[in-house]
Amino acid sequence: MFEEVGTTTEGDLVINVGPQHPATHGVLHLVLTLNGETIKNVEPHLGYIHRSIEKMSESLTYRQFIYVTSRMDYLSSHINNHACALTVEKGLQIEVPARAQVIRVLMDELTRLASHQLWWGAMAMDVGALTPFFHAFREREAINEIMEETCGARLTMNYICPGGVMIDLHPNFQRKVKEFITLFKSKIDEYDEMVTGNIIFQNRMKGIGLLSKEDAISYGVSGPAARGSGVSCDIRKLYPYEIYGSLNFEEILETGGDCFARYLVRFKEMRQSLSIIEQLIDNIPEGDFQAKTKAVLKLPKGEFYSRVETARGELGVYLISEGGTTPYRVKYRSPGFSNLSALNHMSKGYKLGDLVAIMGTLDLVIPDIDR
Amino acid sequence: MFSLEGITDAIYSWLNSTFNPTIALLIEFAIVVVCVIGLFAVLGLVLVFMERKVSAYMQIRLGPNRVGFKGSMQTMADTLKLVLKEGLVPDGADKFLFNLAPFVVMIVAMLILAPIPFARNFQMWDINIGVLYVTAVSSLSVIGILMAGWSSNNKYSLLGAMRSGAQIVSYELSAGLAVLSIVVLTGSLQLSDIVNSQQDGWWIFKGHIPAIISFVIFIIAVTAETNRAPFDLAEAESELTAGFHTEYSGMRFALFFLAEYVNIFIVCSIGAILFLGGWMPFHIGNWEAFNHVMDFIPSSVWFFGKVFFLIFLIMWFRWTFPRLRIDQLLNLEWKYLLPISMFNLLLMTLMAIMGWYF
Amino acid sequence: MFIVDYIKEVYGAVKSLLTGMNRTGYYFTHHKEIITQEYPDNKDTLVLSERFRGEVVMKHDENNEHACTGCTACELACPNATIKIITKFDVTPEGKKKKAIDTFVYHLELCTMCNLCVEACPTGAITMAQTFEHSVTDRSKLIKKLNQPGSKIREGVE
Repeated sequence: MFEEVGTTTEGDLVINVGPQHPATHGVLHLVLTLNGETIKNVEPHLGYIHRSIEKMSESLTYRQFIYVTSRMDYLSSHINNHACALTVEKGLQIEVPARAQVIRVLMDELTRLASHQLWWGAMAMDVGALTPFFHAFREREAINEIMEETCGARLTMNYICPGGVMIDLHPNFQRKVKEFITLFKSKIDEYDEMVTGNIIFQNRMKGIGLLSKEDAISYGVSGPAARGSGVSCDIRKLYPYEIYGSLNFEEILETGGDCFARYLVRFKEMRQSLSIIEQLIDNIPEGDFQAKTKAVLKLPKGEFYSRVETARGELGVYLISEGGTTPYRVKYRSPGFSNLSALNHMSKGYKLGDLVAIMGTLDLVIPDIDR
Repeated sequence: MFSLEGITDAIYSWLNSTFNPTIALLIEFAIVVVCVIGLFAVLGLVLVFMERKVSAYMQIRLGPNRVGFKGSMQTMADTLKLVLKEGLVPDGADKFLFNLAPFVVMIVAMLILAPIPFARNFQMWDINIGVLYVTAVSSLSVIGILMAGWSSNNKYSLLGAMRSGAQIVSYELSAGLAVLSIVVLTGSLQLSDIVNSQQDGWWIFKGHIPAIISFVIFIIAVTAETNRAPFDLAEAESELTAGFHTEYSGMRFALFFLAEYVNIFIVCSIGAILFLGGWMPFHIGNWEAFNHVMDFIPSSVWFFGKVFFLIFLIMWFRWTFPRLRIDQLLNLEWKYLLPISMFNLLLMTLMAIMGWYF
Repeated sequence: MFIVDYIKEVYGAVKSLLTGMNRTGYYFTHHKEIITQEYPDNKDTLVLSERFRGEVVMKHDENNEHACTGCTACELACPNATIKIITKFDVTPEGKKKKAIDTFVYHLELCTMCNLCVEACPTGAITMAQTFEHSVTDRSKLIKKLNQPGSKIREGVE
């Protein structure tokens, strides 16, 4: 696997990007075949931070295995937990209280916003602008503070438990979120000024990393990356879970299929998430935040599948139960893995600098790919 | 009034009266060498600190604020760290070229310092082809970069060096044409002549729109020539980790780092001399009183003020813009900057012939 | 017209660049927007939210009494084997044997602050503390004994 690679027989340059490289945002190893600056082939080598989360889950109880998924896609940890909790609830036939549902969706959208903000900063950093990164973190910090106050942690919250959420909302939650909405609304236009409208940025993005609708479907690309190619795949719209069916929001679709289209999808999704939060923040119903559950959960024998829309795409949780206290087998369909599979197709024929931009718009989180 | 001219004259006459002319000349050489090295060290420290503070404020951070007064000793501490670090030479590297490269880059940067007038009559070498000398020598720095990239035996370094080569060769053109437009106006290649010709106003004001256009082109071109963002393709950190100096560490890396900042200083001082009047105070036509007040500010302050303004501009670019791609970089030069600057030079020549400037 | 388009393109490009520079220039001149927290200096004024999960602690009252019955619910709930409870048998004044904790061992180095143990505790004996500076020079210092020496279970807690 790690043979001495220099040049191929055709005289192309073979170059190892990663596992330690600033562009890969983690420990992804790409073996590039370059003809001058033009990419001929990209071969991702995975598994540098494989922690066998699926296997680990087999020895954890249904309450415990939810929290491990925070470590998969750590930027949308709450949404991952949500997917697992939905699967367990499906098996147990628990009705989640209305208040808990609203809280979960609110947190989902806050997480999605935080994730997209970080992506926006990292995206700008990938194409060489370092300043937006810090500006993105300023708003992300506000979300993290909200998370810390209510959930007790900033990144890997573990706020969801089967049947609802762990603790009720903090009394300051509504006020803080409203403050955040006003703050972010004033700052999101600055994002446009600094990055979206910038001519250099647009030139770096437009017409790069083309992914046709057909290819996006056949590679199993999901989330904003697929919606940039015009594939309607928002799970929140197609298979609404919790209260998403009753909410008023748009599925952002762009037809360009290039990096800029994917950029715009994520950027517009930030505004959509903001609108969802605005709809919900004043309408949190009173009531229980958690359904009554037994101390030891036992799922009936059978197979359960549920899916959610994380910040990166579709996360599916497939769970087989033998009737015991631990799952017999858990399989995660993580968005990052499928999205990465399209990288070779997308980046062939483009320049080395474009690869970084394409990887940026795919928004790869390596633990999500390796699991 | 404070003036550097007096100091140099005093030293010169004292040396010549004490020693015979040959020894006096040698001592003067020694003094100049010490001054240049001192200037290099100070510039490196000041500019690195300035860059870190500028970037910090633009990125809503505080920047270095622990070592010394408001963090002013931070760069000193960093330099100390770099000096103490082991200078590693990779196994497969071409040892001779690898060790030579940082010094080539550094020496080239030192050479360009020679004809620059820092203040009124304060110049090391008033050569009559100053502008030509500067443009010729500044393009030598690419050799050092290519040397570093090639000898490192690292593919990232090689890619970075090759990018840098293509970049400097093409941007030399429009930088040269922009410089030429001022030479056309003054009719002299001597830097002191060019400064003196701006007695009654700087060229950027006197030369109308063509001068402003060539100033903008000059700033863009020199940003590219010094490998600064948004043209930092040679060391594009998100693509090539650190580009041509990936394998360098310790003091050799510090030399590259220092040379980058000294190069910025040099190109900015050339820009200040050509377009903003060098050490010449801000004069408006025949407003005697105003001009007299301006004359009270020492000429060295004027020079460094202008240079640091331009340096700030270049830093501002760096911390705002994304990086261009290599083909876009060459597109920008050959499809936009070169045609514009050629047309601009034509316009300037016409202006110079017809005497349409002030 | 080709030339008009060319000039328009250049104008649009320059304008977009100046917009960005205007934004960074604004932040360069407006230092009140700086959000840096100078951490070790603001230690005294640093307020962490009361729910912040820093480490597991056992609550003791002024009589050095805690509410832990040694039921090992937390040990079972923990996904990482962070908690180890060593029990002993106390003899009550009536002569009956009663289970009680001897040592509540807490491995901070294994803990992921998931809060499941606190949720599982039937008597509310353990809770999350707001401390966050956990770095030590010796790994063994991270293995903590949560029940204070000489402490005993509070009367009435079953």
